[in-house]
Amino acid sequence: MSDTIIYTMIALSAIGILAAVILYLVAQKFKVYEDPRIDEVENALPGANCGGCGYAGCRAFAEACVKESELSSLFCPVGGNDCMGGVADILGLEAIAQDPKIAVVRCNGTCDHRPKTNQYDGATSCAVASSLYAGDTGCQFGCLGHGDCVAACDFDAIHMNQETGLPEVVDDKCVACGACVEACPKTLIELRKRGPKDRKIYVSCRNEDKGGVAKKSCEVACIGCSKCFKVCPFDAITMNNNLAFIDSDKCKLCRKCVVECPTNAIIEVGFPPRKVKTDLPPKPAIKKEVPKKAEGKSSEDIKPDNLEKK
Amino acid sequence: MLKTFKLGGVHPAENKLSANKAIEKLALPKSVFIPVAQHIGAPAQALVKKGDQVKVGQLIAKSGGFVSANIHSSVSGKIKKVDLSMDSSGYPKQGFYIDVEDDEWEDGIDTSSELVENFEADSKTIIDKINAAGVVGLGGATFPTHVKLMPPQGMKAEVLLINGVECEPYLTSDHRVMLEKAEELLVGIRLLMCALQVNKAHIGIENNKPDAINHLNKLTASDSAIDVVPLKVKYPQGGEKQLIKAVTGREVPSGALPISVGAVVSNVGTALAVYDAVQKNKPLVERVVTVTGKSVAKPSNLLVRIGTPVQDLIDAAGGLPEDTGKVISGGPMMGKAISTTDIPVTKGTSGILILPKKEANREQMKNCIRCTRCVTVCPMGLEPYFLMTVSDKQIWEKAEGNNIMDCIECGSCSYTCPADRPLLDYIRLGKGKVGNIIRNRKN
Repeated sequence: MSDTIIYTMIALSAIGILAAVILYLVAQKFKVYEDPRIDEVENALPGANCGGCGYAGCRAFAEACVKESELSSLFCPVGGNDCMGGVADILGLEAIAQDPKIAVVRCNGTCDHRPKTNQYDGATSCAVASSLYAGDTGCQFGCLGHGDCVAACDFDAIHMNQETGLPEVVDDKCVACGACVEACPKTLIELRKRGPKDRKIYVSCRNEDKGGVAKKSCEVACIGCSKCFKVCPFDAITMNNNLAFIDSDKCKLCRKCVVECPTNAIIEVGFPPRKVKTDLPPKPAIKKEVPKKAEGKSSEDIKPDNLEKK
Repeated sequence: MLKTFKLGGVHPAENKLSANKAIEKLALPKSVFIPVAQHIGAPAQALVKKGDQVKVGQLIAKSGGFVSANIHSSVSGKIKKVDLSMDSSGYPKQGFYIDVEDDEWEDGIDTSSELVENFEADSKTIIDKINAAGVVGLGGATFPTHVKLMPPQGMKAEVLLINGVECEPYLTSDHRVMLEKAEELLVGIRLLMCALQVNKAHIGIENNKPDAINHLNKLTASDSAIDVVPLKVKYPQGGEKQLIKAVTGREVPSGALPISVGAVVSNVGTALAVYDAVQKNKPLVERVVTVTGKSVAKPSNLLVRIGTPVQDLIDAAGGLPEDTGKVISGGPMMGKAISTTDIPVTKGTSGILILPKKEANREQMKNCIRCTRCVTVCPMGLEPYFLMTVSDKQIWEKAEGNNIMDCIECGSCSYTCPADRPLLDYIRLGKGKVGNIIRNRKN
């Protein structure tokens, strides 16, 4: 009886030791060297795996960082300059600082500003709607309002405003990963430089129609009158296809164009209220507020996982 | 046992309300808008400018490439402007605004209704005349006809199929053409046969049009080269590949053209346009359009000039009914809802369908219940539920791998889905994306 137990123990131990030796030898033979810095860099990254850097995830980005000899073409928009500084320290390279950015929705065609001309009852998806036709208003460039951008956001930073039917970016949460920019079939969302105190001025319109046509379909459309272009002291505004564009790198936030715009297509956000001037009609500055979490279907149902869940 | 295609298919309510209404000529409109792109392929290039006087049948824009078609003025009058106008999708398209003054035709066009039967059998002359007249496929796809008649090198057409199926519910324009213009149609078919150098033509007609089958049978009794094939009623039998399968039993391989099995398919409307082009020297300036709907006062088949506003057609059919929910250009299965009735009739407009409110709206989408009805009815043997999912999730490789490009957009899947899922909407989206990816890969 005791013999059997002893033989079994010896046999099993021998097999175990043999297997361990074989495994050790094989592991040595096929060992793949991995730069330990990859792990370090990955730990320094935010771990959002959002793809905002252009790579498949944080690990892929870390591998790319280690491979490159300089960091000019690599930037993590979520972590920003602090994070990239950390990465640079690990790799012994020089970090190239970039201005923090934020997504802005360049359409202000709310239900009041832009009357509906027809009713859409197809699939609730901007991509599908735009593959079928120009949209349910007279403006072929404007927001379709089905929330593809909301669905694309991993950071809970963009919500549909049920009253206006337009998406709104939550400044504090937006990390400028660019997922919504990709998702919008009308290319309405743009990544712009985050101004001081989150102040920004932009042309909230993408309408390239001639002035009359644009104005007819939407009250607050850019009509391409070039008034802002002429008044801008910093050459920050360009005119293209009946549409003004403010370069956020050149704009010094002087707000002259906002006053000049006859259709209120240029929007200022985050500024203190203006002092009323003599002959110019007072123009209320848009108060910057964090939009309350949109209720109902469009945000809760469409929205994928939050960042915390990942 | 009647012939039909094997795979899939549905049978929606036929609703051929205007089947016994003779073709009426619509009065000339006050003004027309003629777009330069009314066909698949490159848009035509404008030849006239603002202020020019044009006659009916005058060439106003010439073909912009090999796959393209000429555009002729459908009215006589003055060019008001050459500008953009909204098309049915809401996007602006270039075209000519013409104010109609009178009805003066270009010299050399035979406008009489006399039948001209004899022609010289010369393939090249016929194709050139068809090309010059800007004839495109009038079934709805608007593929330039002259391109179809010139098979690529190494391929030879063996048989001509004439599509008189009209499987779309409601539409009756082809049906009326087969009844009222049968003699002209047959000459058109002979011309097409001559152009293709084939000696056999089949006219495929669904069995719900017995009058057309009998009429054409009588006329072709003495001609062994043309025969009429009655087909079982099943949608989408009018699809090119389905018709070839139904009539000849041949199957067009995935991604290939019908010519690869030796078949060329042409619509009856196109054959009539070919007759007009070759025998009468008359370019494609008018077509038969069905205006129909359950609440429409006077469902009718109208012969209208290209460029006429759709509103004129609706007025002729008794005006827009009060309970209108949707106006569709084309049939209920493949047609497209239009957002305004100011858009013009183009070469591809086969019908205007007005749906009442209670029929117009789509149901709320529900979850897929995995019943695979969409797979059963797909005439191309695809898996629509899967293609919808991968299109929604943007997994384009899988969409391509599952032959999304073979989809003929017949809408049988969406029609049959018990959960009211917008299958075709998503597949069409995926098709667009995958098509772009394939094109980019080739370049």
